[in-house]
Amino acid sequence: MSANAGHGAPQGTPRGRTANWIERRLPVFSTMEHFSQYPTPKNLNYWWNFGSIAGFVLVAMIVTGIVLAMHYTPHVDHAFNSVERIMRDVNYGWLIRYLHANGGAMFFLVVYIHLFRGLYYGSYKAPREIIWWLGIIILLLMMATAFMGYVLPWGQMSFWAAKVITNLFSAIPWVGESITTWLWGGFTVDNPTLNRFFSLHYLLPFVIVGVVVLHIAALHTVKSGNPLGVEAKTPKDTIPFHPYYTVKDLFGLGVFMLVWAFFVFYAPNFMGHPDNYIPADSLATPAHIVPEWYFLPYYAILRAFTADFFMYWPISWLITAKFAGVIAMFGSLLILFLMPWLDTSEVRSSRFRPIYKIFFWVFVIDTIILGYVGANAPDEVAHIALLGLFDFSTGLTWLTIGEITTFWYFFHFIILVPVIGRMERPRPLPHSISEPVLGGGAVGGGAAAQSRPGPMEKA
Amino acid sequence: MMRVRSIFLAGVVAVAGFAGTLPSSVMAAGDGVKAKSVDWSFYGPFGTFDRAQIKRGWKVYAKVCASCHGLKHVYYRHLLTIGIEPKAMKEMMTSRKMPMIDDAGDAVTRAAKLGDPITAPFANDVAAAKANNGKAPPDLSLIVKARGGGANYIYSLLTGYVTAAACEKEYKGSDGKPLKPESGQSCNTYFPGHIIAMAPPLASEGQVDYDEKGAPKATVSQMAMDVTAFLAWAAEPELEDRKRMGLRVMLFLLILTGLFFVIYRQVWRRVKH
Repeated sequence: MSANAGHGAPQGTPRGRTANWIERRLPVFSTMEHFSQYPTPKNLNYWWNFGSIAGFVLVAMIVTGIVLAMHYTPHVDHAFNSVERIMRDVNYGWLIRYLHANGGAMFFLVVYIHLFRGLYYGSYKAPREIIWWLGIIILLLMMATAFMGYVLPWGQMSFWAAKVITNLFSAIPWVGESITTWLWGGFTVDNPTLNRFFSLHYLLPFVIVGVVVLHIAALHTVKSGNPLGVEAKTPKDTIPFHPYYTVKDLFGLGVFMLVWAFFVFYAPNFMGHPDNYIPADSLATPAHIVPEWYFLPYYAILRAFTADFFMYWPISWLITAKFAGVIAMFGSLLILFLMPWLDTSEVRSSRFRPIYKIFFWVFVIDTIILGYVGANAPDEVAHIALLGLFDFSTGLTWLTIGEITTFWYFFHFIILVPVIGRMERPRPLPHSISEPVLGGGAVGGGAAAQSRPGPMEKA
Repeated sequence: MMRVRSIFLAGVVAVAGFAGTLPSSVMAAGDGVKAKSVDWSFYGPFGTFDRAQIKRGWKVYAKVCASCHGLKHVYYRHLLTIGIEPKAMKEMMTSRKMPMIDDAGDAVTRAAKLGDPITAPFANDVAAAKANNGKAPPDLSLIVKARGGGANYIYSLLTGYVTAAACEKEYKGSDGKPLKPESGQSCNTYFPGHIIAMAPPLASEGQVDYDEKGAPKATVSQMAMDVTAFLAWAAEPELEDRKRMGLRVMLFLLILTGLFFVIYRQVWRRVKH
């Protein structure tokens, strides 16, 4: 009856003499076998596709990036023009650049979905804390890499983004000014800044690769989680990674590439800002300095901290509002590190957590609103509009909405997550991944609301 | 069912993520004046440039815009690829000299060659600024990409000039007083803040000779549209290649993904989960 009986080769497959010779010196073959036989829970749903997609995008970004670096000149007088030469005279240069520019945004899209999947299914809980922490480190490295990459074309937004972000460090008391001078390599954003950003933009992706290796090594030590959040116990609960998840990942990858290709070929500048096609000009500040969409929520949190913001009052005697905003912005990410302790619930999957599930989605909406806030001018009254279909005024400024959503962001992590974990009565968990199938449990799409163990997700 | 819901949710998350960028990227002309909407031949998934229109647009650029605006990322050889004949470039190539150092080490000038960038109207930015009230006119190579609203905005700007009297009546400055263009300034409906240093470049019908067979009448609107189409090409010369390749790539990926799906179902057929 077991679904996976006979799948995959047994350990210690006989090999040829040469293979054995190599294997004794470098375990390539057993490593390959490990990856193909890696026992994976059989109930993973499509949300589990995004890890492998992220790995693919990372490689694609490195390949396109290396080719771009062959044609790019990191100098304030030549950077913008060299990018235009790539677009116009390098064979398929436009394709490589648009793949890379849109690939950055795609990378964040995929990684954010991957991260929210982890939040929903409790992927940060024991024994997977280190996987989670490594994932956050990857995200932080990605942000640094993306930010520095955005500076390289040396357009108006490149320059002013570099200026705004590096200026944040000047808010640090006592040493702020020295740190910014050190970061710039001078007294303003200039050629030394561009040069070091190029150098680091080339370096950091390889650091990311290193951390990804650790991320996967940790994953393969404790094995993958799954939508039910109960650990795989018997061989009946798992299937070998290959061919089951390789083929499923390929399908997911195909869908992902369709989305990516759509942007590259039909809307290559949709996610960019028109001002970045104006060469950098240190004397002309753009009307609105807006980061790329994947930074907008953090930008909103940063700008929410004004002297009038109630979250700032308790600390107003200690630090400036600007510095509080900087701390909050970085804190909004660093707080994720604490999730293994903040979440007091014993249950991993939100599927069995009726209250937390609701607040999870409220939190998702909160971050999306934060993104909107980051894209708009703080003093303007917020209109909610959709492509001319409807348009109504909220009567609140974007700043006020930003303050409310910033508050909620931290309230969610610091108060709601621990409190709900204690108060909530989770639904009964299935005894194992296979149990409902073998026990003839309910089949279908309903939520696991019955007293019987929930039905398996049809992955 | 769960699968369908998962895909749906993934879609919602993705769309919501992108929608976050809308407020900034949809913002077109200044002060919320919506740009006129033109049915450009190069819009849409199968869009291409209208060769005849681009040629007329080049004439408008060469005769009108080029006296103040450079086009430095476009080379004369690029013009050949869109079907502009060398004779249409000749006047500019010979009248505008390229600086060079001769064998004796002296700074001299020479006529432009096909391998040169479109020769700039001014020797440098300082000279350009000096001749234009202290601010160099922007290079037009990327102007269509560098303005929210793109081609629609450029066309609207070129046809959006209003008289000083209309300006005072219609628009107010940041101080709440009626806007009044000073000498050397003009008023434009679509320019952010409405006061623009560029005098109306296209002012009268027939300003540029449209002597080709079958050419439309050289109205201000027609000339503005033609030069905008030319500038759209100048900003995105790869556009036709991109959309053509895009179609092939999308079809290929669609089939490939379909095959992956079939194989996926086939492989998973016996797994009870």
